[in-house]
Amino acid sequence: MSARENILARIGKARGPAAAVDVDDVIRRHPRGPIPPLEKNLARLFGEQATRLASDVVSAATIAEVPDLVARYLGERRLTMQTVCWPGLATLDWRAAGIEAQARAARGEDMVGITGAFAGIAETGTLMLLSGPQTPATVSLLPETHIAVVENARIVATMEDAWDRLRAEYGTPPRAVNFISGPSRTADVEQTVTLGAHGPYRVLIIVVGDARANPA
Amino acid sequence: MQVTAMHFKRKAAENLSNEKLQRALEKLQTKFVNGRAAAIAELPNFDQIRNAAADVRERVINNLDRYLLRFEQEATARGAVVHWAETADDVNRIVADIAVLHGVQRIVKSKSMVSEECGLNDYLESQGLNVLETDLGEYILQLAHEPPSHIVAPVVHKTKEDIADLFVDKHHRPRTTQIAELCREAREVLRPGFLAADMGISGGNFIIAETGSVLIITNEGNGRLSTTLPRVHVAVTGIEKVVPTLEDVTTLLRLLPRSATGQSITNYVSVLTGVKGRDDADGAEHFHIILLDNGRSRLLGTELQPMLRCIRCGACMNHCPVYQNIGGHAYGWVYPGPMGSVLTPSFVGLENALDLPNASTFCGQCAVVCPVKIPLPDLMRHLRNRQVERHLRPWQERAALRVWSWMAQHPALYALSTRVAARLLRLFAGGKKRLSHLPGASGWTEERDMPAPAGRTFRDLYRVGRRA
Repeated sequence: MSARENILARIGKARGPAAAVDVDDVIRRHPRGPIPPLEKNLARLFGEQATRLASDVVSAATIAEVPDLVARYLGERRLTMQTVCWPGLATLDWRAAGIEAQARAARGEDMVGITGAFAGIAETGTLMLLSGPQTPATVSLLPETHIAVVENARIVATMEDAWDRLRAEYGTPPRAVNFISGPSRTADVEQTVTLGAHGPYRVLIIVVGDARANPA
Repeated sequence: MQVTAMHFKRKAAENLSNEKLQRALEKLQTKFVNGRAAAIAELPNFDQIRNAAADVRERVINNLDRYLLRFEQEATARGAVVHWAETADDVNRIVADIAVLHGVQRIVKSKSMVSEECGLNDYLESQGLNVLETDLGEYILQLAHEPPSHIVAPVVHKTKEDIADLFVDKHHRPRTTQIAELCREAREVLRPGFLAADMGISGGNFIIAETGSVLIITNEGNGRLSTTLPRVHVAVTGIEKVVPTLEDVTTLLRLLPRSATGQSITNYVSVLTGVKGRDDADGAEHFHIILLDNGRSRLLGTELQPMLRCIRCGACMNHCPVYQNIGGHAYGWVYPGPMGSVLTPSFVGLENALDLPNASTFCGQCAVVCPVKIPLPDLMRHLRNRQVERHLRPWQERAALRVWSWMAQHPALYALSTRVAARLLRLFAGGKKRLSHLPGASGWTEERDMPAPAGRTFRDLYRVGRRA
């Protein structure tokens, strides 16, 4: 017998025939567990929680304001204006803001990566990014600075809400769903939290659009 | 990983007198214990979530085969290859075969306790493969050729000065003891490794039956790098890590980082499903998932079954007064603390870890803080019973217990002997209130005095009291 058959046989024997649940039915219904009570103003909660986890958060009335906000953020920190961005953001007028934005996946030497986000999760101030041809995962990962543009209307209360949105828009998850909550960090040396481990040292979140656009 | 749990007492004694380790453990205790308390206090419905989390885990464990089959079906449909491994050696062979199959030379690894169970690094290196640990703590341990001493904070036993010396020796760069600079140095040294790797190995904090996904959580981002850049991704995890749905895993995620480090969420939570799509910009072309048994299925249907709920947060060790004093290495295998006191005897044999179920004061803190309500003291008590049943306890202990049990069944004799013993001890104390040494119990009196019996025995006092 193969390892697979042996393992499954041992499990089946220990369980006995009685305890069976309808696994497919549980998965079809995917009921939610208890959810902590949350503030109603999701955009505010998202901003507060993201800030607590060391993200920088600013808002923009329209997407057209994004390049200037990025330029100011990079300029204040004396960071390079050479950036790499998701193809979907390449149409913004980066040059007018003094930024060079190359639309492609990131490489090891890229210092600033600009992405969108599938959703923002207010409960924990978390960004949710999906991998795909137009949304390379490396852009939020390899550079030392990650800038994420998230639409206000895509800020949801909980991860459960985000899963529902994912099911509604895509059916099944893409290769990688990455939840990002602030700059990479480590506390391995003497339990001292240090920002900037293998991923970004800093994360700027730009929330775009009117809060009223959010149905919640 | 080689088991050294039989040397528990010697290692524990050494560690108790290791001042550097004691300072490090104190720090760990305050950070993690206080951190967890603060994070839990922020969840008004913590108890409700904890009950739900325990329930999710228990339901899966009761139907493990069905959920594993559904997981396999979904993962396979997305192009992943699911492997089943009975033993640690099987995992090692499967990973090496995958490396050969895809012509792999260089491997980056993100932290995986299951791979520590297997001794995977040593095996792969013996096969001529280059393996680089990328979690900062695990990387330091790889440089130092040491095992982890905590499942979440693997280098808790090292100071920044130790790490500075190690880095000078291995990296040949100027010495620094600034923690931020040490972290940057590791980043700079490891980055080319990520970029050049053909294969990334990760663990799996959970696997999701609904979608066939592997979920990994990290703070450093090394888990993301290891599973995004190389063309082959191998995830190694235990069969018990399956959860039914995305909602269920979300419930568990509300508790895992809070219980582990006091974080509301880890920096990165990655849900990885299938292989790179045709037009995808990045991701692994080959995704292999190895499900390890290694003794897990044998716990099903036994008193130890609740241990399979464990989500490896480490709260039990952070809160354990024994762990807090002796550190992780004394436990002699992958999992220290109360979880190790149950897992190690279960996986490597009760006879190889005799001291572990006894390395507890039964204060019960581990059960109180466990996010999935594992009754750890009950499980340790059960293992103690089994040791007695299997005649694994030393003959002196067994003889003493037999004598005591016989005495306890003969009340008159028992009363007489306690009266004699009390008098003898008082005599031995020679008028002092405390005994600073006792023949036959020097181990006990070495560190503390024994109070000398004050007067009559409880039975005598009780009789007098009743008469009055």
